[in-house]
Amino acid sequence: MTNNPQLLEATLDELKHLFSQRAQTGETMVLNMGPQHPSTHGVLRLIVELDGEILVNTVPDVGFLHTGIEKNMEAKTYTKALVMTDRLDYLNNMGNNLTYVLAVEKLMDVSVPERAQVIRVILAELQRIASHLIWLGTHTLDLAIQSMLFWCVREREHILEIFEDISGQRMMTSFMRPGGLWRDVTPNFIEKVEAFLEYLPARLDDYETMTRNNPIWIDRTQGIGVISGEQALDWGLTGASLRGSGVRLDLRKLLPYSGYETYAFDVPVGQHGDVYDRYWVRVLEMRESLKIVRQAVDRLKKLAGAPVISDDRKVVPPPRAELGRSMEALIHHFKLWTEGYSAPVGQVYVSTESPRGELGVFLAGNGGPKPHRVHFRTPSFVNLQALPLMTKGHFIADVVAVVGSIDIVLGDVDR
Amino acid sequence: MTTLEQTTQALKAKFGDAIEAIETFRGETTVVVTADKVVEVLKHLRETPALNFRWLADVTAYDDYPEEPRFKVCYQIRNLMEPLNLRVKAAVGGETPTLASCTSVYPAAGWQERELFDMFGITFTGHPDLRRILMPSDWEGHPLRKDYPLGYEEVQFTFNYDAIDKKKPYAKE
Repeated sequence: MTNNPQLLEATLDELKHLFSQRAQTGETMVLNMGPQHPSTHGVLRLIVELDGEILVNTVPDVGFLHTGIEKNMEAKTYTKALVMTDRLDYLNNMGNNLTYVLAVEKLMDVSVPERAQVIRVILAELQRIASHLIWLGTHTLDLAIQSMLFWCVREREHILEIFEDISGQRMMTSFMRPGGLWRDVTPNFIEKVEAFLEYLPARLDDYETMTRNNPIWIDRTQGIGVISGEQALDWGLTGASLRGSGVRLDLRKLLPYSGYETYAFDVPVGQHGDVYDRYWVRVLEMRESLKIVRQAVDRLKKLAGAPVISDDRKVVPPPRAELGRSMEALIHHFKLWTEGYSAPVGQVYVSTESPRGELGVFLAGNGGPKPHRVHFRTPSFVNLQALPLMTKGHFIADVVAVVGSIDIVLGDVDR
Repeated sequence: MTTLEQTTQALKAKFGDAIEAIETFRGETTVVVTADKVVEVLKHLRETPALNFRWLADVTAYDDYPEEPRFKVCYQIRNLMEPLNLRVKAAVGGETPTLASCTSVYPAAGWQERELFDMFGITFTGHPDLRRILMPSDWEGHPLRKDYPLGYEEVQFTFNYDAIDKKKPYAKE
């Protein structure tokens, strides 16, 4: 540790126990990587111990993006707290909205109309594709292929345009509300989604060719960052990071929500648990998502004109048009927007399959209109824990590959 | 075939008084366990083949200040085969909040327990690396406690400048 006096001062006492004895004598080198580093996908700091170019240990240091979202949500009503969820995992806004509203709906015991559920599924799956596209672009940019990022961002733009159309926002959508959706989708929604369904598969073929036939990509991903299925389960890995290790576990199948049990789709799994298999699982997942969106769009056509939000007036504000005609509507509107609704004393835990894995919301009510406690079990936070295990014994250049392959979003890690 | 009723009955038979209550709310079952037995109960749930709660989803806590014991630590565990969700809950007092670490049973709890240490000040004994994780290492206080203010700066006027200054959390001689 003698190589870097500044690091020595700042972290030696606190982190001494994490590094080997050889670090003390200067035999191995302790190196700081990040938080300002292009390949850490945000503000992730890694303190790595190196024997030459080989990693002896990796210590992730997180919290640079901590914004106190959980504490902030305790000071807002259930509805107002929803906007904070957009800011958690900024590549999975719709998915965060969905998980949080599912938790509120469970706590308040509200049912959701079918049309709203179908639209939720379409949006969640489009969001999954958008998130995977960004992951594919940045991951390949880190390792082998420079121009992929531009193309992936271009395809993602189509999805963001759809989101902007329906919610007015490209990313911070807050489109899903407890009981259903903020409002109905625009008339051209189905048309736009179908155009995208036509457009994407050919592009995915191109990207597959570019990666799978690229010897640099193969060299840098196969056999790197291996984790076995058992280890992955022990360390709480979820999502494609777990499925890459051959464990067929997907919450959409295991504990279905929003009617996922009624859609036909496969859960792709890898075999070796290396960077390549995690990549391949995500690429296949995009195609499965397209399948789900296709089925959901067909259902949506049949459900034209059906309501998109529950009519439970204790939770859902009445439509604007009713305010001028009905005294009750006016009272409900006033009460719901000033005071909010009171949730019973009790706790619920709801989890969904986010693009990164199991996104869980633990929600505790205390009889008042504000949550007693909101906790997000974020997949990036738990998955990142296994990084030291996956990187051990590899070259330092492979840290970049492994970090990319577990697809962390630092907003999701630090909350 | 294991069901949640069978699981809770097996736990009652095995641990007796250590199981304080079985709560059900919105279809979710919570087993309330005394704080000193929580790791034993988790170990039993994890390692008994008939129960097979293989997977830890989440460790979290909430603060019932000023009620005592104020902290409730919740372990969300899952049987992946059935599948079944179960919550194990333990109450921890506010004087010196201490609980045994379950990292020996579920390694995934490592960072989540660090987060609870950081946010609530609950010390997990036997944890391999108990440091703050999200807040800076020199931070004072534990933000998610209910008696920790949310923030906001009080506006100082001439008449109350000193009174507010005294309460401000920065270093003074």
